[in-house]
Amino acid sequence: MLAGFAGLLVAVVLLSLAVGSRAIAPAEVLGALFSPLEGNTDQMVVRDLRIPRTVIGLIAGAALGLAGATMQGVTRNPLADPGLLGVNAGSSLFVVAGITFFGVTTPMGFVWFAFAGAAVATIVVYAIASAGRGGATPVTLALAGAALTAALTSLITLVLITDLDTLNTYRFWAVGSLVGRGLDAAGVVVPFVAIGAVLAFASARGFNVLSLGDDLARGLGQSVRRARVTSAIAVVLLCGGATALAGPIVFVGLVVPHLARRFTGADYRWILAYSLVLGPTLLLLADIVGRLIALPGELEAGIVVAFLGAPVLIAFVRRSTVKAL
Amino acid sequence: MTAPVITRTGDGEQAEGVRAVRAARRARGRRSTIVVAVLASLGLAIAAVSLCVGAYTIGVPRVVLALLGLGDEGDSFVVLQLRAPRLVLGILTAVAFATAGALFQSVLRNPLASPDLIGVSGGASFAAVFAILVLGWSGVAVSALAFLGALTVAAAIYLLASRGGLSGFRFVLIGIAVAFMVTAALNFLITRADVTDARVAIVWLVGSLGGARWAEIVTVAVALAVLLPLTAIVAPRLRILQLGDDSATGLGVPAARARLVLIALAVALVAVGTAAAGPIAFVAFVSAPIARRLVGTGGLSLVPSALVGVVVVTASDFVAQHALGAVQVPVGVVTGVVGAPYLLWLLGTAGRSRGGD
Repeated sequence: MLAGFAGLLVAVVLLSLAVGSRAIAPAEVLGALFSPLEGNTDQMVVRDLRIPRTVIGLIAGAALGLAGATMQGVTRNPLADPGLLGVNAGSSLFVVAGITFFGVTTPMGFVWFAFAGAAVATIVVYAIASAGRGGATPVTLALAGAALTAALTSLITLVLITDLDTLNTYRFWAVGSLVGRGLDAAGVVVPFVAIGAVLAFASARGFNVLSLGDDLARGLGQSVRRARVTSAIAVVLLCGGATALAGPIVFVGLVVPHLARRFTGADYRWILAYSLVLGPTLLLLADIVGRLIALPGELEAGIVVAFLGAPVLIAFVRRSTVKAL
Repeated sequence: MTAPVITRTGDGEQAEGVRAVRAARRARGRRSTIVVAVLASLGLAIAAVSLCVGAYTIGVPRVVLALLGLGDEGDSFVVLQLRAPRLVLGILTAVAFATAGALFQSVLRNPLASPDLIGVSGGASFAAVFAILVLGWSGVAVSALAFLGALTVAAAIYLLASRGGLSGFRFVLIGIAVAFMVTAALNFLITRADVTDARVAIVWLVGSLGGARWAEIVTVAVALAVLLPLTAIVAPRLRILQLGDDSATGLGVPAARARLVLIALAVALVAVGTAAAGPIAFVAFVSAPIARRLVGTGGLSLVPSALVGVVVVTASDFVAQHALGAVQVPVGVVTGVVGAPYLLWLLGTAGRSRGGD
């Protein structure tokens, strides 16, 4: 099954290289990859435009999928998602501060601010999620995230209204897109995402035990605190990395683990493995849809994902009693 | 204040218990009156200061003369055309938002359920930004479309969430999903617009009283004159609803319909307020809990909530106008900055006692 999804991902990657306002034949795509020719426009489009955005989509999608699964595992909360819970807004605020006060304008520069913001917001979210006996309910957690986002948005607006240049840079980042980010930025982010992924997989066994409840977990010799800390670091690295590259993208982290759970059951080691493959598949598909839906222009992946993800959340809420999860 | 326990062991004790309950009720009523009086005078003081102080300071006597139509031309213009509209619109929208927030939080039984977080204001925001950026409208036309947007989106959320009655958690979560969709649509509009227009849009999105005009204020006042009395008539049913749906139905209050009417009123209030001034952040969110804490009751206290809202908005707008010197900050930025720490505190304490539902 997992191999099947991996195959699907490869197909989506090739599609992402071939499809766009300029359709390029598969032969040329493969040519660009394996036998580059100078002066061939099709190959240039593939090399300079489509490969970078596909690579960004792969990294950001994988990071978001893993981050969502990790957050859901550690908070035992079905609605955990970096966007829904305000982690993205934390990154956004710090990126805005970076643009305004430190003159940062490139994704390379956004990375550090995105990490710092994700870290601050993650701490807040964890504090909320673990408050009270048995943690916060899904509704409280989702509302807390929305409120955190609203509060941070006010601060972001304060900076934006005083400075048109910042607004101009920020709005194209905040929409959530795979375009205009170079491979060099991806190179900076990859190590962090890789470490985050390793930490996420390392805590997977912990999530399985945690899902039995804190007391039982402790009784089974599981260090609850250690699983929480490890996974928190993983979430910061994964969310920060994804947001730095692609901007604040919502719903991938929510939808992907639920999709994964349908095939895997409750074992988080498998949920994470499937999320790692399904995350980039979903994000790249959204990007491809965005390229085709508004020809000759395009829709940013962040917008497409929101319009695909929100109905999924609505359907999910309508069908199940989320409280019982 | 601990509620005295009435035991049934003897008449003397029972009478004592009844006396204690009466005393507690009287004390609570007194406290509520004092709170209302203090908040009202605080609001008046802030109003007076914001009419007097500015780039051109005018003394209280001259402000009074100007308000009575007896001031000289300069005073009258500054007071009646520049400062008073802003103040009055602030007061009206504050009342609308605070009342709506109190209704939402009580009906949905969640202290975090605020219309600006669950998509209702989002509908107004999208419609308004669409009007500003795509249609190139301004003024009353933007407000009208925003009003329609709020109602449409609220109706959609309600229809999606209702499946044989309104369920609080479904309404909230579907509202949040819709809010994120609205944000994506807003991002689409904002990235396609000219950057100076985008700035107008984000000022509108956070809530601002800068564009207050008398024509708009009259519309808002008329709408509130209809909505607030209706709310006052229906709101007492909330106390019965809080006993639970079955008891409420048993007591002759059809729970589902009462809840629908209250939510509809709240949505209309939000729509009116947002259409006039944008979704002023956190006013709906913070006013009712603060009022409840001041009055010291668990129930719904609409008048104190509205007054807290007025104090928060007028004080924030005063700060917004004068804090950053020449830069005019939208009032929503100040209320948001004030609201954020309160939110964190609320989450920290609320989670400890009970998760909420």
